[in-house]
Amino acid sequence: MVKDQEFLEKKASYCLVLAKKLGATESSVIVNNSVSETVNFRNKKLDESNRSDDFGISITTYIGKKKSSISSSNLLDDNLNILIEKCVEATKNTPEDEFNSLPDKDLLAKEVKDLNLYDDTHIENDQKIDYLKKLEFAASNDRKIVNTESSFTQNKSNFILANTEGFCAGYKKSSFTASSVTVAKDEKSMERDYDYSSKCFFKDLDDAGELGKQAADQTIRKLSPKKIGSEKIAIIFDKRIAKGILSTFASAISSSAISRGTSFLKDKVNQKVFSDTINVLDKPDILKGLGSRNFDSEGVKTDTLKLVEQGVLKHYLIDTYNGRKLNLKSNGRCGGTSNLYFENGNISFKDLLNLKSKSLYITETIGHGSNIITGDYSVGATGFLVENGEFKHPINEITIAGNFKDMFQHITLANDLEFKYATNSPTMMIEGMVVAGK
Amino acid sequence: MLSMNNFFEKSDISRSEAENIVSDTLSKCDDGELYLENTKSETLLLDDNRIKNSSYNSDLGFGFRAISDEIVAYSHSNEISKNSLRQSSENLKSTLKSVKGTYNHEIPKSNKKYYDNINPIEQKSLNEKIKILNEVNNYLRSKDNNIKQVTANFLGEQKSVEIIRSGGESLTDVRPLIRFNVSVMLEKNGRKESGVYGVGGRQSYDFYLKDENWKSVCDEALRIASVNLESKPAPAGEMKVVLGPGWPAILIHEAVGHGLEGDFNRKKTSAFHNLMGQKVASEGVTIVDDGTIDNRRGSLTIDDEGTPTEKTVLIENGILKNFMQDRLNARIMKTRSTGSGRRENYRHIVLPRMRNTMMLSGNQTQDEMIKAVDKGIFAVSFGGGQVDITSGKFVFNCTEAYEIVNGKIGSPIKGATLIGDGPSSLKEVSMVGNDMMMDPGIGTCGKAGQGVPVGVAQPSILINKMTVGGTKL
Repeated sequence: MVKDQEFLEKKASYCLVLAKKLGATESSVIVNNSVSETVNFRNKKLDESNRSDDFGISITTYIGKKKSSISSSNLLDDNLNILIEKCVEATKNTPEDEFNSLPDKDLLAKEVKDLNLYDDTHIENDQKIDYLKKLEFAASNDRKIVNTESSFTQNKSNFILANTEGFCAGYKKSSFTASSVTVAKDEKSMERDYDYSSKCFFKDLDDAGELGKQAADQTIRKLSPKKIGSEKIAIIFDKRIAKGILSTFASAISSSAISRGTSFLKDKVNQKVFSDTINVLDKPDILKGLGSRNFDSEGVKTDTLKLVEQGVLKHYLIDTYNGRKLNLKSNGRCGGTSNLYFENGNISFKDLLNLKSKSLYITETIGHGSNIITGDYSVGATGFLVENGEFKHPINEITIAGNFKDMFQHITLANDLEFKYATNSPTMMIEGMVVAGK
Repeated sequence: MLSMNNFFEKSDISRSEAENIVSDTLSKCDDGELYLENTKSETLLLDDNRIKNSSYNSDLGFGFRAISDEIVAYSHSNEISKNSLRQSSENLKSTLKSVKGTYNHEIPKSNKKYYDNINPIEQKSLNEKIKILNEVNNYLRSKDNNIKQVTANFLGEQKSVEIIRSGGESLTDVRPLIRFNVSVMLEKNGRKESGVYGVGGRQSYDFYLKDENWKSVCDEALRIASVNLESKPAPAGEMKVVLGPGWPAILIHEAVGHGLEGDFNRKKTSAFHNLMGQKVASEGVTIVDDGTIDNRRGSLTIDDEGTPTEKTVLIENGILKNFMQDRLNARIMKTRSTGSGRRENYRHIVLPRMRNTMMLSGNQTQDEMIKAVDKGIFAVSFGGGQVDITSGKFVFNCTEAYEIVNGKIGSPIKGATLIGDGPSSLKEVSMVGNDMMMDPGIGTCGKAGQGVPVGVAQPSILINKMTVGGTKL
């Protein structure tokens, strides 16, 4: 069982009191515990079980404008005594930084709303096994599927965030995650693909059979891919890839990248960075949302932010430290976004496929080809050639490249948004990118 | 043993009681162990003209593993106590229900050690480290007026591990690891570009920092950034590629390394699974994975199952010779462990992983390679790479590259992704250089959510055909 609030609070207050006694002028502490149980199947048989029980504590101490931090998985008082002493000692020896401090007291969250993030249901390993049997049966139905691997994880966690300004809050969260990875083979090729479902509540999880079938179908249709020539062509990003482009946008508007001057979106607030129809929201109070939260990792209240309105950038994602440097107030985004998404576009998925007589539909990218300093983007890709709205044949061993500054101005979104991850996008078309192939 | 962590010192369970639980749990299993780990690590970060972060981490825990046939049961916790160990034991037994195997007690022994038993964090005071970071910042900013940002960091770690096997056999290792990284951003005429360089390995900071050695790390980061400021758009399409020696060997790591790990081949999901004994690379191409090089980032005295590491020949003169194995995959594939069983930490199960993956020298020169190319690129430095094991397609991202026109190195080109096919790309290697070089000691390999430190090495090579992911058609 995951530890209760009372236990975590006791540890947190022990640390704050001790840090003060040892000479810290201010301090903050996060204590968390998570218990997770996973069962893996392979080729319809039990392959692995994994139980983890993890504690973590991290403490930041301040002496005036000096700051240092420690973290540990060992919550014994003996150990904490040594570490906090070490932390305060290191704080004394670390140079001052005028921007170091706890958040403004009036920005801290005053109440903790129940966002419906915790499901008490306990799924025994035998139930996980039943789910996976059903999933693997559906995944391996077609003879072209030569290997199936699937996994079910139940995770329960709890945390307390406390600081010397009197903030002390935390709450339990749960997640149930199932995934299926399948390998298909024909005379010419071997391909892999996957599907995945993750929810706060067990009863919301995708049906096992559908998940397995979806993974298998997506894999089989990738068989016998072709390589195409190099050309400029419209690219359609599947939702699971389009969300990555939104994540890159989020890192480019983080206050740390902005204050350090290492983002291609620096000084772009109130300027048009996307095409006219684009709206981007970060909404932390979605019930059962995978990224939902009451406050950020400093305790600052998080409100909904309309980051992009009709193509115009309205806000950066601001934490206390970088906010001070930029002379802006924290908007509760220390640690990043909550439920981040593009609002739906105006056309259906089918119409998007038909928008151009020829386009490339991308289902997977590999490589770390996003540079947020320059905006340059270049990654390996796998997908399908689309002609006149029809999927023609699979494609691989190509790269796609462009620059986000141009790419953002040429986005068309479908109206098929769903909340499958914490960051979500409808299917996305970008015109003007270059494909390198033969 | 004396300087070793005593994991049971502050616990309510004695070593012999723990040994009994291990033996009782594993008696009818095929394999398994109790893995105990204590890691102390430190991060110091200078960024934007100030010390941004000074933090210290102390991580303690165990992972208890039981294997029956192909099934792995694993349980881990931070708490080394009677209660916690018993709970883990019950959890393993409940997964494996009825076991009727024979525990394999055999594990090879070696007295060789590839690094010293030191704690690099304690060898230099916080003040000394902060002083060097400030000197790095001042040195770089005084060197070039276009410098708009300097980030430098130290990462130091000491990891102590103990493996207790059924019957009470204990294997221990203490692993130091450090890394020093510098990144700079230049801005000129409204254009911004960056350069990154670092060094590291399993030894003390002093080895890398004495005699102001850190200046050469700064110079290299600045040089890469300066080259990129002058870069033009990279070409798009298939062409010849010359790779420089050293770090570009992440090509080897992605193109063939992952595909030769035992688990993917046991499961037949690797593009290489049916190619043992066959020609998978050009003649003259020999690739080894070596855990035994002194003080290297990817070296290990013993792996995370207690097996001494070795130099494993993967590809010899173009022929596929061996996969990299941990104990589980070796047993099922009826071969021996190559000492490649690794895990990020006690929270993770063991997987067969790379250590220092190296292509050995041939006898041609880099000059000969450049001269042999009419139109192509010369890639010197890379960010990282990734591979799809099953289709064999892999990518890696250039951070410093030049065009080659009519046998001569031309202007620098913007960072681009290169994509190729693992099983066929090494057959396209037409020249192997005589200039093999190790990487500077900065690699981390990710697999199944686990990061482990690795090394790579290679001489210059000429590849006849790869797709370059630029924007210039």
